[in-house]
Amino acid sequence: MIDKSSSLKIIGQLVKDSMTVMVGGFGVPGTPFTLIDALIETGISNLTLIKNEANEDHMGLSKLVEAGCASKLITSHLGLNATVIGMMNRKEIDVEFYPQGILAEKIRAGGAGLAGILTDIGVDTILAENKEIVTVDGEDAIIEPALRADIALIHSAVADPFGNLIYEKSARNFNPLMATAADIVIVETESLAAHGELAPDAIHTPGGFIDHVVVLEHLSDEYGILEHHVL
Amino acid sequence: MSYKEKIAERAAAEIQEGQIINLGIGIPTLIPKYLAGMKEVIVHSENGILGMGNPCERDTEDRNLIDAGGTYVTVDPGASFFDSALSFALIRSGRLDLAVIGALQVSATGDLANWIIPGKYAPGIGGGMELAQKSRRLIITTTHTTRNGKPKILQQCDLPLTAKKCVDTIITELAVMDIVDDGLLLREIAAETDLDTILSQTDADIQIPKGDIPRF
Repeated sequence: MIDKSSSLKIIGQLVKDSMTVMVGGFGVPGTPFTLIDALIETGISNLTLIKNEANEDHMGLSKLVEAGCASKLITSHLGLNATVIGMMNRKEIDVEFYPQGILAEKIRAGGAGLAGILTDIGVDTILAENKEIVTVDGEDAIIEPALRADIALIHSAVADPFGNLIYEKSARNFNPLMATAADIVIVETESLAAHGELAPDAIHTPGGFIDHVVVLEHLSDEYGILEHHVL
Repeated sequence: MSYKEKIAERAAAEIQEGQIINLGIGIPTLIPKYLAGMKEVIVHSENGILGMGNPCERDTEDRNLIDAGGTYVTVDPGASFFDSALSFALIRSGRLDLAVIGALQVSATGDLANWIIPGKYAPGIGGGMELAQKSRRLIITTTHTTRNGKPKILQQCDLPLTAKKCVDTIITELAVMDIVDDGLLLREIAAETDLDTILSQTDADIQIPKGDIPRF
């Protein structure tokens, strides 16, 4: 049996200044809060971060940005995070925006060993400025290079020792894409299944993409319900 | 009924049984209550849900189940979860029948600006550009003018575009308008207003159909 079980110490051992780090999650669901906290504790700097959004103010990725660990953020939308928008406006962090599905496809392409994608999304907008345009079947398409990272931080509901992963509900989002698109992939998991216990048909990310599995001993409050989103 | 609810109720009437729809933040989130029990639709959420249900009653929230705006939601029978690439594949490949989203500006030719006011408001595009450009039908729900009373429906947008020639229908508290081949066509007038008010608050040419214009 191959056992990739690891501890939070792996973060300090593997992540170095100036690396590119992809972080799963869309809002709270799927965000690896515990791995992010471990990264902040290392006192790392100058990271390039890739995440759909920066979580909300003072949570998750936002804490990493607020702590000054990152010089660049590649993302889709910061509408729920006035703190990071403020840092962007004061030029304390460089932010690169992509349409959400194009960000996903750039990561998917990186994980699929492709050089990039061709898309007509945004061809008539300011997003096409300074981009390379090609013609496909008579239509303009933007060349969007693939995205890869040095490290990907992933959150799963269930993992087995090999790193086969199952995500829960809307916590899937960018996690399975990012799990394919980094040189080193670290997953935090809410529960660990025994070797051979998971039905092969049920697995969302095959363990071949995963390097390290960290079992969460408890879930911090950050994983819980956000009162201001409750009716 | 607030003006937002009136717009949402009128937008609900445009939605057809069986459609796959995506509802943006703001006014569109009010639409489902005007569909309940009348039309079965399949609601898509960008964060990877097809068959999204109503927002959760208090104390029934699931920390792993939100919509794209962060609201805790339920799912309807037959729902599915998937990753963000597949979620946008559904939009871009033409499987999304209808999207209803808001606007900063709409032009008479159906151009939409709804994501950036340079120097003032730039939170990122999110999923809006793909919804605008690729949904099979795009309905804009918006107030007719800005908070300062400036027209939002213009001959040409002056804000950076979300997508060109993407809007099919505009629903405001004053009017329902379609974008047709040669411009803006007035379809309905709100019960509380009149044609002159609509024309004075619209900075674009509007084609007025002959005869009685239906009220809503």
